[in-house]
Amino acid sequence: MTDRRQFLLSASAAALAAALPGSLLAQEATRIGFVYVSPIGDAGWTFQHDLARKELEAALGSKVQTKYVENVAEGADAERVIREFAASGHRIVFATSFGYMNYVERVARQFPQVTFLHATGYKSGKNFGHYNARFYEGRYLTGVIAGRMSKSKVLGYVAAFPIPEVLQGINAFTLGAKSVNPDVEVRVIWVNAWYDPGKEREAAMTLISQGADIVTQHTDSTAVVQAAEERGVHAFGYHSDMSKYGPKAHLTATTHHWGDFYTKTVNEVLAGTWKPAGVWGGFKDDMVRLAPLNPAIPAPVRDEVAALQDKLRTGGFHPFTGPIVDQAGKERLSAGAVMDDVALGKMDFFVQGVASRLPNAR
Amino acid sequence: MDGALFTSMLFATVVAGTPLVIVALGLLVSERAGVLNLGAEGMMAMGAVAAFAATHASGSPWLGVLAGMGAGLAVALVFAFLALTLQANQVAAGLAVAIFGVGLSAFVGKPFESVALPAVPPIRIPFIADIPLIGEALYNQQALVYFSWALFWAVLWFLARSRAGLVLRAVGEAPAAAHAIGHPVIRIRYLAVLFGGAMAGIGGAFLSVFYTPMWAEGLVAGRGWIALALVVFATWRPLRVLVGAYLFGGVMITQLFIQGSGLQLDFPAQFLSSLPYWATIVVLVIISRNPNTIRLNSPASLGKPYRPDA
Repeated sequence: MTDRRQFLLSASAAALAAALPGSLLAQEATRIGFVYVSPIGDAGWTFQHDLARKELEAALGSKVQTKYVENVAEGADAERVIREFAASGHRIVFATSFGYMNYVERVARQFPQVTFLHATGYKSGKNFGHYNARFYEGRYLTGVIAGRMSKSKVLGYVAAFPIPEVLQGINAFTLGAKSVNPDVEVRVIWVNAWYDPGKEREAAMTLISQGADIVTQHTDSTAVVQAAEERGVHAFGYHSDMSKYGPKAHLTATTHHWGDFYTKTVNEVLAGTWKPAGVWGGFKDDMVRLAPLNPAIPAPVRDEVAALQDKLRTGGFHPFTGPIVDQAGKERLSAGAVMDDVALGKMDFFVQGVASRLPNAR
Repeated sequence: MDGALFTSMLFATVVAGTPLVIVALGLLVSERAGVLNLGAEGMMAMGAVAAFAATHASGSPWLGVLAGMGAGLAVALVFAFLALTLQANQVAAGLAVAIFGVGLSAFVGKPFESVALPAVPPIRIPFIADIPLIGEALYNQQALVYFSWALFWAVLWFLARSRAGLVLRAVGEAPAAAHAIGHPVIRIRYLAVLFGGAMAGIGGAFLSVFYTPMWAEGLVAGRGWIALALVVFATWRPLRVLVGAYLFGGVMITQLFIQGSGLQLDFPAQFLSSLPYWATIVVLVIISRNPNTIRLNSPASLGKPYRPDA
């Protein structure tokens, strides 16, 4: 574990070393820095990024040397950490949280020889690209499972903030559920925090006592899965496989896999073929997967999900295929059309079937 | 609203309010002795991680509660040493201890982040738990919920009726006078701070072992600060602390139920999330609005270091 202060110290020492002419290290490994927004922990957003960092190390061996700083708040601290990485001889910096975007942009301009990759943002530059994953594909599949397995026809969703990425997830989940069970409704509780286990748990308990027999979450802790286990209902994990927190409750999870992308990007930078671009990968690129399915899921449903997953892999299916109608009954996408990435990135509505109201919808 | 829904809301309200009741009553006692303990958040965090570790190692949630209490005591001892023996500024020392406790809990808690504990079954009190509507909600609860009620009566009686409570309040009002008639001011303040720390530790234990049986950095999520604010807004009166804590829990649960009910309301969710905070403040300010009683109740020497002469 590197804490921020230790890191800054060692980074400045490294900067000194780098400044010395004729470094003693002949075959120097390429140094790569990772900036994490939360502690690594044992499950969740940052945990998956760190897993990928380890996969990158395993794949490229002594060619690379990685370093990470965890728990870097999205603020002035982030810029300092990113700049230290750049200044201390790191050739590639992965900044893995949305709020780092403007800091990465600023530092990238000052260090043209360093390559910066920023997760979940939308800006790019000459030496600055962004990447994200189509989590909504996994959400759609979990929606199908939920639609098939719910008896009460009420599904619960604990969500953090009404931003496009979260809305894509809720809508895809709802569309998936309604595709197999038109009567289901999805109820959403906003906890207005990415991480507050107590609140997440209360929200899940509330949904369960209001009749939801399957719950899921777009927040960072495992509290919702644990609450479901306690109350004897089902749940879907998110980010990581959370089955050990609720062996009976956990049906599956939409999991994130950045390892191949990191390895590929680093190889491209080393070979000089990397081009700044926005990468948005899904099942096809193996950036999104489903965790192993719970044996409680009936065989026909497994087959159905496997078939859909194949279609997602081959590009034969898009969860946001029209007709898509929002809560107010307005058609947002005409029949047969596929929502483009720009529209997905700006999503600001709930589809029909979500019973709750969008906080800032007019 | 149907009965089952009411019962489950009441149940959740009591659970959400309990850590605040325990911690705020502990803080109330130390503030009544004149010591402002801003370190509650850190004491709760240490209590939570120690309780989790002990429960995980021993399998007994009760040993966990003891360990949580011990950890809260230990952090409170550090604070008391800084603020009472070394006479450091109480605000600065308290803030330092809060940051220290939160940071240290994250550090020592690393190995426990992957671990889940089994849920502790509630204790059902025979007969009265069968009362319709409220029985299941109030009398089929975790042991620490009953503990928080006992604590409330004990603190109420101690402060209002016991001689020791009178001495403690004297120390908080006029330490010099209390010292002059022979009361050991510093020792009494030590005990009050340690009591507050122990309660904060138990509050933390409630979070990590009973409420959300897990440990993760940031689990306390600001509840220590809420408890501190509750004591002030309740003008240092135990009953108002109790009301405020349940009000806070109740409004939080109610807004979750409103969101989850699928009602098409035009309130933004952000507004609903902020509701528990300002509803509690507004109500407590209204019930404690009399400036005379505020002056009467607020311990006169709160936050001021006292140095006994020679």
